Amino acid sequence: MTDVDGAGVQPSADVISAAADRGPLAMEAMSVSKDFKIGRHNRLHAARDVSFNLYRSAVVALVGESGSGKTTVARLLAGQERLTAGTIRLDGKPVDVSSRGAFRRYKSEVQLVFQDPFASLNPVHTVSHHLERPVRLHQGKKSKEQVRAEVIALLEQVRLIPARQFLGKYPHELSGGQRQRVSFARALAARPSVLLADEPVSMLDVSIRLEMLALLDDLRQRLKLALLYITHDIASARYFADEILVMYAGQIVERGPAEDLTQHPAHPYTQLLVASAPDPDDLGGMLRNGSRPAAQRTEGGAPATVGCPFSPRCPFADDRCRQENPALARVSSIRAAACWHLDIAAPDVLARSQGGGAQNTP
Amino acid sequence: MSADRRVQPAEASPRSPGHSRSPGEPVLEIADLSVVYRTAAGDVRAVNQVSLDLWAGEVVGLVGESGSGKSTLAYGACRLLRAPALITGGTVRYHGPRMMCPVDILELTPSQLTNLRWREIAIVFQSAMNALNPVLNVRDQMLDVIHAHLPVSRDEAMDKVSSLLDLVRIPRSRLRSYPHELSGGMRQRVMIAMALATEPQIVIMDEPTTALDVVVQRDILAQIAELRERLGFSILFITHDLSLLLEFADRIAVMYAGRLLEIATAVDIHHQAAHPYTMGLLNSFPSLHGPRRDLAGIPGSPPDLLNPPPGCPFMPRCGYSRPACAEVDMSLTSVTSSTDPSHLTACPFVLPGASLPAGTESLAMSVPEPGAEGVAP
Repeated sequence: MTDVDGAGVQPSADVISAAADRGPLAMEAMSVSKDFKIGRHNRLHAARDVSFNLYRSAVVALVGESGSGKTTVARLLAGQERLTAGTIRLDGKPVDVSSRGAFRRYKSEVQLVFQDPFASLNPVHTVSHHLERPVRLHQGKKSKEQVRAEVIALLEQVRLIPARQFLGKYPHELSGGQRQRVSFARALAARPSVLLADEPVSMLDVSIRLEMLALLDDLRQRLKLALLYITHDIASARYFADEILVMYAGQIVERGPAEDLTQHPAHPYTQLLVASAPDPDDLGGMLRNGSRPAAQRTEGGAPATVGCPFSPRCPFADDRCRQENPALARVSSIRAAACWHLDIAAPDVLARSQGGGAQNTP
Repeated sequence: MSADRRVQPAEASPRSPGHSRSPGEPVLEIADLSVVYRTAAGDVRAVNQVSLDLWAGEVVGLVGESGSGKSTLAYGACRLLRAPALITGGTVRYHGPRMMCPVDILELTPSQLTNLRWREIAIVFQSAMNALNPVLNVRDQMLDVIHAHLPVSRDEAMDKVSSLLDLVRIPRSRLRSYPHELSGGMRQRVMIAMALATEPQIVIMDEPTTALDVVVQRDILAQIAELRERLGFSILFITHDLSLLLEFADRIAVMYAGRLLEIATAVDIHHQAAHPYTMGLLNSFPSLHGPRRDLAGIPGSPPDLLNPPPGCPFMPRCGYSRPACAEVDMSLTSVTSSTDPSHLTACPFVLPGASLPAGTESLAMSVPEPGAEGVAP
């Protein structure tokens, strides 16, 4: 084959993350895999050989459709799921969650925010109850006054102001956006260095989403958080993230700087994802017959278990794709993709990377 | 067919695509419809004097955030709401090609309503998993619908089920599948097939693709567009995703706090939105295509509909607000600068293209004002 391996395939670890120059390395996922048993003999590979780094003050977005393994990766990083293979390191040290105390120490560094603020807050507890517990547990604050002051500071941090008015409220008295702010405050109560946000805005109204992302962005800067932003909305990742990782069927199929990746997608799945996003400038486009993009192949159904998982839906798939699963291979110093046929699928991306060497984001 | 039926289904006739109606009259005319939810604390005005027309073969998008009344409006127009919801005023005039004369849906007797629903106006509900019966297979659910609404034999009904599945491109091998065995996209397609089973004139789609992935969403929307082209029904498409409507709808109606704020063609909404709320919405979603632009969003939250403020409900969040906004009567008027007289807005002050006032923040640069979201009542 005269594809990328002619230029020398290197492990994806050689790709420099676009998030790297924001701050020091915080967390490393190294060839992380997770299998779930289905019945007696079958295994579902929810995450396969997933590697990436999180850096302080930087946002890495994990983008993919439902069932692609995004949430599994978040749960693995949060220490809530046992790894099948691979290592996770926090500040250079392998993660240990084997004992209760170790798990708690880990939790004070790595926090998870869930998608649904309606489900993730306990309806019978007040806002202050939700925040006091983590403050006591993770910050070792003892006196009532200390805890109260810290809770108020947290609420102000997520801009629930005036904070005192929110202390006694129950979740049902809050709007969706306010609830999600409480979730953020609860995660921040542990003073984490890493925040894993699993679809933090997708349950919220469009008009509020931007505000929440702006808040997250502000917290990232002020608290120097390493942020993993999990989403199915690649357009928001374009605006919000430094680096985007595209997941499909448990694997990272493409990674690169947010702007570069969304404007010049290399992997056929990323191309399909980008082509499928609503394009307001294409007025009436969907109504015109024959203007459907490469999305024709959504019927292709379930990801393949042998070969490239995207091959049943991929317009470029051939026998090799159906037999061998391509590894994530370096396209340029900052981009990588897992595809045998980048020369046909994305000649422009290859040409740019070979011609200009390490290109920067436009 | 009994004589007292005002809703008379004509024999299934192949309709010419799109425009079988005389162009002079809309299929559905919602006029001044008001719906309240009776609560112990008072009436929540979910829909407040909303008028909306739907023409034959047209896709009208109804956009608004949660709680804006968009679903209440559509369900109210079909009388699908139950207590404590109460329709307090307005008319809903339906005039399909199979009807002798127009009817006011709000005046129909229960049996007339039964004949109208599904036969003339069908609904695709938001959550296909909840709307489908988990203990019936696809074929039986569809047979149910067909037998309930059409006078056909079992064999004819079976044929119809098969052809409907062909229509939405579900393999016939799936006939005996149960909902849980289907993917989200397939379930939604079954819902669409069921809605089309009786060849309705109007299909109301309530967030039909919200729970789906973008790739599947696009596929289903393309299919809906194709079916509409072929069968000529009108679509009232309810969603919170304006970017989707810009591409999909012919006309777009923007709802906020139970009021209609603006209605215009998709092109006009995109290029010369007249109401500040519409402008805000347009500035809220990040685009994937084209150059990066500064996003503003809409700080704040919608008003309490239990005690709606006087005048424009968007005033507290509006960048252009002025004291006179508290006295605006919220009636829709033509946009003076627009060439299209059907471009209506509820804002008498702001014109399309008015520059955003200072102080709006963008995602990349700064964060909202402290407390911008306000305190829940």
